[in-house]
Amino acid sequence: MERMNPRSRSDAYGSRINRSHSTFVANVLPWGSILIASILPVFMIASALPMIPPMGFLLLLGWRLVRPGLLPVWAGLPLGLFDDLFSGQPFGFGVLSWSLAMIAAEIVETRFPWRAFWQDWFTGGILIALYLVGGWLLSGATPTMSSLIALVPQLLFSILAFPVVARLVARLDRVRLTRWKRTA
Amino acid sequence: MAPTGQRRSSYSRRAQYNLFTGYIIAGIGALIGVVLLVLSLFQPNLFDWARNGANDTIAPATETTATVRTESKSWWDSITGYYRAGSKNAALKREMEIARIRLEEAAAVKQENARLKKLLGLEDKQVEPVAVARLVGSSAASTRRFAYVGAGKDDGVEIGMPVRSPRGIVGRVLEVGNGSARVLLLTDSESVLPVRRAKDEVVAFAEGRGDSLIRIRLINLGINPLEPGDLFVTSGAGGYYRPGIAVAILTEKTDDGGLARIVSDPAATDFVAIEPIFEPDAVVALQTPVETELTE
Repeated sequence: MERMNPRSRSDAYGSRINRSHSTFVANVLPWGSILIASILPVFMIASALPMIPPMGFLLLLGWRLVRPGLLPVWAGLPLGLFDDLFSGQPFGFGVLSWSLAMIAAEIVETRFPWRAFWQDWFTGGILIALYLVGGWLLSGATPTMSSLIALVPQLLFSILAFPVVARLVARLDRVRLTRWKRTA
Repeated sequence: MAPTGQRRSSYSRRAQYNLFTGYIIAGIGALIGVVLLVLSLFQPNLFDWARNGANDTIAPATETTATVRTESKSWWDSITGYYRAGSKNAALKREMEIARIRLEEAAAVKQENARLKKLLGLEDKQVEPVAVARLVGSSAASTRRFAYVGAGKDDGVEIGMPVRSPRGIVGRVLEVGNGSARVLLLTDSESVLPVRRAKDEVVAFAEGRGDSLIRIRLINLGINPLEPGDLFVTSGAGGYYRPGIAVAILTEKTDDGGLARIVSDPAATDFVAIEPIFEPDAVVALQTPVETELTE
């Protein structure tokens, strides 16, 4: 007898028979990945220039723009609070900027419900630029021209990193919706 | 991408309230952010406990990555060392010979120094570092230049202690947790350090610019005597740093001083020593307002 294709009853998220999504992974993964990304820059080399993109903020934007509707509008409050613990900016900057970014993304989405990726990139790029310049203004130190110029490489890196982060978020989203749980 | 249906909350009261509450909490979140930010801009040490607790928690992990990082760097160094090994070797040999002569001269000067100091009745005290630790992390994504060291209150580290590498000054301890401490690096734009030119008594301030360079601002204005290549060392003024530790090398001359590069780049540093404050009494005296009298 001809053998049936073993993958015929599965989709990108695994077998559809006998399996279901794990609610734990589906709920925790977006938040957990943003928290981990907030800590990541601490591990980097103690360079004399700010070079590393703000990974936590990028991942927040990634989840918000690539998977709209997943993170609630208020997600900037708890996540920003956690980012403040590690970012080196004055405490409260993360809470403020992440909350504002979430609200801004919400407004943009109301205005342009149908978007292509490059529009998301544009939104993300503008939010990243505002975040970094805001961080320069409110860093607790006197903002000088030279430290603004020093911001340019980081700004470029961050904006160029957005598509990569968006792909990463898409990958994580597949993991998130994989049917892990075996149902009887 | 298609818009999600979540915005249309339909006729369900519950869904409408949920959506509405979400917006309210987001707005309140932004307000909380403003309050926290203003508080921490005017009281920078208000939330130290939270940050220190967080950094103590991740210190074991950062310690491990710091070890791996420095080891992989030395591995890379040993590979790049083979590039033009012959000519480099010859140049090093020449340099080595001269350095050996200079070292002998320095030893003679040191001995003379000791003799003269004894003559004057000055005592030469050996400075024992409070702790030796790895530079485990940094605020790499922020405009501010902070680093974290893997030693804290439990090792006797206190706020204000200078942090140095074998090459020179790295920065100053800003916050102390139980097992980790936050260091204000020299390149941070809030860092000011009294320095003098190594070869004479030209005194200046070394201010971080936030872009990996240091601005040397001369105290006595007039004809700018600086030349690119001048080495600046700590002058000991202010009481925090011991005099005579390398800080920066001048690269460019400006009207009121110059721009300099730090000698001890934190990116190339693995182990640092945290030293006691040079003159604690002077620091206390400087922090006391003029109106209040100092005890003693």
